[in-house]
Amino acid sequence: MFDTALTAKDLVFLAQGAGMTLFVTAISVFFGTIMGIIFGVIRYQIGPWWAAPLTFVLDVFRSIPLLIQLVLANAFVTTVLGLRVSGFTVACSVLSLYTAAYCSEIVRGGIEAVPPTLRRAARSLGMTWGQDMTYVVLPLATRVALPSWIGLALGVMKDSALVYIVQVVELLKSTQTLITRLQEPLFLLMICGLFYFLISFPIARFGGYLEKRWSND
Amino acid sequence: MIEIQNVHKSFGALQVLKGINLTVAKGEVLTVIGGSGSGKSTLLTCINGLEQIDSGRILVDGVEVHAKSTDLNKLREKIGIVFQQWNAFPHLTVLENVMLAQIKVLKRSKSDAEAEAVRQLNHVGLADKLKVYPSRLSGGQQQRMAIARALAMSPDYMLFDEVTSALDPQLVGEVLDTLRMLASEGMTMICVTHEMKFAREVSDRVAFFHKGVMAEIAAPEELFGAPKDPELQKFLAATH
Ligand SMILES: Nc1ncnc2c1ncn2[C@@H]1O[C@H](COP(=O)(O)OP(=O)(O)O)[C@@H](O)[C@H]1O
Ligand SMILES: [Mg+2]
Repeated sequence: MFDTALTAKDLVFLAQGAGMTLFVTAISVFFGTIMGIIFGVIRYQIGPWWAAPLTFVLDVFRSIPLLIQLVLANAFVTTVLGLRVSGFTVACSVLSLYTAAYCSEIVRGGIEAVPPTLRRAARSLGMTWGQDMTYVVLPLATRVALPSWIGLALGVMKDSALVYIVQVVELLKSTQTLITRLQEPLFLLMICGLFYFLISFPIARFGGYLEKRWSND
Repeated sequence: MIEIQNVHKSFGALQVLKGINLTVAKGEVLTVIGGSGSGKSTLLTCINGLEQIDSGRILVDGVEVHAKSTDLNKLREKIGIVFQQWNAFPHLTVLENVMLAQIKVLKRSKSDAEAEAVRQLNHVGLADKLKVYPSRLSGGQQQRMAIARALAMSPDYMLFDEVTSALDPQLVGEVLDTLRMLASEGMTMICVTHEMKFAREVSDRVAFFHKGVMAEIAAPEELFGAPKDPELQKFLAATH
């Protein structure tokens, strides 16, 4: 078991892959969440009928497998548009939209969970629509949406393994490279899993911490 | 002064207000009684522009509530309203609940808003609950907090929509006492209520609503002592 050919240098290589996974995830979750909030508020505000085109586009991003989206987006940008865009940019853009599609659903649900009577009370105090949204609705919606949002972030982290298809070397790809060279798949996958755990666990705990803090007791 | 002139209002095919005419003078306490579904709540939400009207006019200090040019947010600063449901903002402490709109709407400084919030919370007997979250308050305390929150905006008018109806019986008294106190201080109030004893005590006038019509309006001694409208007679007989 312990006569592995894995060197410290290989471990650094894996850590770099983990860093890339974390980086791609952070960027995608950040921009995806901002877009998700904007889309979610718009969809809630204009109602299902007017939001139908937007909902349709977002549904497309939710239903087509990420791998296919990445390949098609990459081909579209480089071949059809003839742009010189890095795989990293394509990966982050696609993952951001993918995140936004799920996030807008979560945001809409969170807003719907805020009782209309509470919003009526806020407006009765002379608050504008924007003030009601900013100081009453979104803080409360955040509390409702947080568990789903944490789940989304963790899911995006795992799904980000697929960005290898556009030549981004993240954690899983790094692991596969080492497996090919060292021929120790089980051991390397264990280490890979450990890395995933190490970057996921703090996020999950942070979510738990916020939930507890916000329970107001 | 609140002037309601021939106001009609429907929800789809349902006519909820059928030509209401009513004037409430500065300093007056008007209570509104009537069966469920008679349009009492709708009238209050029309007064502060939360609901549209189909025809007629509502003027508050001469400003037409439903005119396109009216800044409703500005108008609502002087009309406080408290609803039957407890509407505390659950993510804010009692103190923050009462400070929020003062800071965001009236642009008061944080310290001014806090001073005013403390003053109003004192007034309604919640001085010891400032740092508490609303989930820790009883229904009666939540309603008193909602009253303090509305009063902190320094309104000229207060509208109360069955503020005791969702409370346990033993908590009704403390909220009614708060309303009595406001009435004695000269606040202009419209109170929708099912508490007949309270209506009799505090009102300058009592209005009886029935199926979207204001069937009778009179001083309490007269309205309760010698009701003329047959529906009102039935209503009073049923509540005693
Ligand atoms: N937003 C609404 N949409 C449709 N119908 C409503 C709405 N609000 C009230 N109504 C109806 O209007 C009627 C009057 O309601 P309301 O003013 O709440 O009566 P009250 O307060 O006297 O009990 C009721 O029949 C009620 O169902
Ligand atoms: Mg009502």
